[in-house]
Amino acid sequence: MAPRKNRAGNAARLGLMALPVAFFALFFAWPVAAIVTRGLRTDGTWHFGRIADVVTQPDLRHVLWFTTWQALASTGLTLLLALPAAYAVARLDFPGRQLLRAVVTVPFVLPTVVAGSAFLALVGHHGLLDQLWGVRLDTTVWAILLAHVFFNYAVVVRTVGGLWAQLDPRQEEAARMLGASPLTAWRKVTLPALAPAVAAAALMVFLFTFTSFGVVQILGGPTFSTLEVEIYRQTSEVFDLSTAAVLTLVQFAAVGAILAVHAWTVRRRETALRLVDPGTTARRPRGAGQWALLAGVLVTVALLLVLPLAVLVRRSLDAPGLGYYRALADTDGGTFLVAPVHAVWTSLEYAVAATAIAVVVGGLAAAALARRDAGRLVRGFDALLMLPLGVSAVTVGFGFLIALDKPPLDLRQSWILVPLAQALVGAPFVVRTMLPVLRAVDVRLREAAAVLGASPWRVWREVDLPLVRRALLVAAGFAFAVSLGEFGATVFIARPDNPTLPVAVARLLSRPGDLNYGQAMALSTILMVVCAVALLVLERLRTDRTGEF
Amino acid sequence: MLLSLDAATVRFGGRAVLDAVGLDVAEHEVVCVLGPSGSGKSTLLRAVAGLQPLAGGRVLLDGRDQAGVPAHRRGVGLMFQDHQLFPQRDVGANVAFGLRMHGVAKGERDAEVGRLLELVGLPGAARRAVASLSGGEQQRVALARALAPRPRLLMLDEPLGQLDRSLRERLVVELRELFGRLGTTVLAVTHDQGEAFALADRVVVMRDGRIAQSGTPLDVWQRPADAFVARFLGFENLVPATVAGTAADSPWGKLPVPDGSAQGERTVLVRPAGVRLVPADQGLPCTVTARTFKGTHVALRLQPADGPRLEAACALRDAPDPGTPVGVAFDVTETLVLD
Repeated sequence: MAPRKNRAGNAARLGLMALPVAFFALFFAWPVAAIVTRGLRTDGTWHFGRIADVVTQPDLRHVLWFTTWQALASTGLTLLLALPAAYAVARLDFPGRQLLRAVVTVPFVLPTVVAGSAFLALVGHHGLLDQLWGVRLDTTVWAILLAHVFFNYAVVVRTVGGLWAQLDPRQEEAARMLGASPLTAWRKVTLPALAPAVAAAALMVFLFTFTSFGVVQILGGPTFSTLEVEIYRQTSEVFDLSTAAVLTLVQFAAVGAILAVHAWTVRRRETALRLVDPGTTARRPRGAGQWALLAGVLVTVALLLVLPLAVLVRRSLDAPGLGYYRALADTDGGTFLVAPVHAVWTSLEYAVAATAIAVVVGGLAAAALARRDAGRLVRGFDALLMLPLGVSAVTVGFGFLIALDKPPLDLRQSWILVPLAQALVGAPFVVRTMLPVLRAVDVRLREAAAVLGASPWRVWREVDLPLVRRALLVAAGFAFAVSLGEFGATVFIARPDNPTLPVAVARLLSRPGDLNYGQAMALSTILMVVCAVALLVLERLRTDRTGEF
Repeated sequence: MLLSLDAATVRFGGRAVLDAVGLDVAEHEVVCVLGPSGSGKSTLLRAVAGLQPLAGGRVLLDGRDQAGVPAHRRGVGLMFQDHQLFPQRDVGANVAFGLRMHGVAKGERDAEVGRLLELVGLPGAARRAVASLSGGEQQRVALARALAPRPRLLMLDEPLGQLDRSLRERLVVELRELFGRLGTTVLAVTHDQGEAFALADRVVVMRDGRIAQSGTPLDVWQRPADAFVARFLGFENLVPATVAGTAADSPWGKLPVPDGSAQGERTVLVRPAGVRLVPADQGLPCTVTARTFKGTHVALRLQPADGPRLEAACALRDAPDPGTPVGVAFDVTETLVLD
């Protein structure tokens, strides 16, 4: 009897896993394998000796070292600056709280090249700080670190804050009654409960900064270069595919190792938590400490997140009579086959499709991984799911072109190619956001539903879904945002007559002249507004919890 | 038999939590499984519900083997110890959940929810939030929710465990009356003997994953099967003794035992009411060490000069102060030789 029950569990798990596995095999493993093969195999023989040749070069070892330490420093700095904001958003009730949550998310979805330019305009030569106080940071690593914080602030605030808002404050009160000081209660009760979310957020930040491309490309100058920048340079400037393939493998291995360790540590700490309605846990700030914290958070957000964006908007308005914006509707510029403004609709369509794919694929994977009887094999898949985040987007995009161009799977002419690539990067977000919450659902609630006659599918729909709907919306928001801002892969596969917003911006930036630069700024501003509106809609959805929908 | 367990075994790691348990529950019967925590009571319910796979043996419902039948198709109800009401649904939606799962139409559902809430004494509570309910109200909602799909067998895990005493005593009577009226077949587990005796047609005492005794409440109370059951029921006056005819030789001296008692080396039980106080110079000399007021009587703790402590029950006005020397005589009608 026991084996039969286990077989049923296995069958259910395999059913859930089938689609995600097929998706990642077809659209991730195959393209990456194709490009590695292309780089290391010529005339029917493998040239593995190339690996040793490449990794022993001092230049590349320096790149690897810089990539690692700047990622660590960026992660630490982001946690330091963003954890207070996560607390404020989760636990303090103040006017503009929803707005703050949306504002911190906007940088995350901006194309990296645009953010890089915005920071250059803020801290670079003739930048705002240079004009005011003669301060320049663009020759130091600080520009890169600050830009990384700018991008990843939202990862920490949303991932950690989302869970924090649902932790029962009475747990801390119980610890206080047992003699713990406020700090001890936080350290012993809340922090361990938050640890999985903090770890997940830190991992994401580390991955993004480890594979950082646009920011380092613009702010790093000749001094600082990450692996991803080096891969891009080897692929599209030096045309040395075999070096690029080796670097891809190195990045792959490094990211794989980090993810394996992470999966191991997180699994040991995730436990069933008491989750409550997030609407009930926030209170108005009390005491000087909480007000000071809130003020500190707001000042940080204003200086680090809003100011660069304000500089960006200011630059888009430099031409009289909104000239840069009006130029976007023209096809005369010659940069594109269609008016640049067309990219807005293209991007939205792609992002909606990519979000749908990412939510289905990632949601199924998370549901399979969250099962308590998940075996070693399934748990290993948990780490594998994160790999698309760590593998160079440039490689994935280029791999799509190489691998998916012949029957039976010729997608070169299909519009779905771009959403597929974007969903690949979005799905891991969905998994990471959903998994901690799914694992925290009390298993006995599911059992209660089962003995009342709910089939496993209905248990998921009736018990899990209402409890994780919030997390699902957060995940969808992330996937949507990532899809909108995705650049590295899209730049290879978007068709010339259908560029996405980031691709259009990059193309405008690559051309000389004030008009092109101004149009790039204007288009970036539009992208920013689109994201802000989408996120505000999402925030509204999130708070509307009492109604059935 | 509605429910039959045939050598049902559940193991956690290497340990048998249910050890070849055999149990039958007839239709309309109310059976209470009684035992200390860790005796396997809850696991028994989970095995019947299909939430806990068996390592061996069978669970039969209406004579049909339930191996491979998932929990949602077994048609049994389970009320969880801490209720497990769905926090995101209101009271009405919680009660209606099982009806929805069974495809009952909305109009019919609403009528049934209203009827059930009335039945459990919460009329008009359908729109209330679960979080706003008191413990007793949650218990009633959980009961209504479990009853709603009309399960052929209703299982209750510590149904009144978290409630205060007066509420518990009232609810136990209400439940008993309700089950009688509805003709529900019930399998409940509890660690509270008072609850079990008040609720059950039949009581099953469990120990370490095995059934120690099964019988009507009166049977079990009057004739505990062994020293474990006797101690679990709260009897403390148990001594090893050598029984010969109608007398037992024990550390408390010679005890009179009923005619036809088992002979030889046995455990002898004397109920507190069978420990009579006599003047200090007669019977077994003891000292009163403690006195506990029990409402209808006073429980006395007595220390004999030699041998284990004794518990005695005596009338309020006759209770001596602690420290008083007394004599003890034993009443044969309250004495029992355990098999």
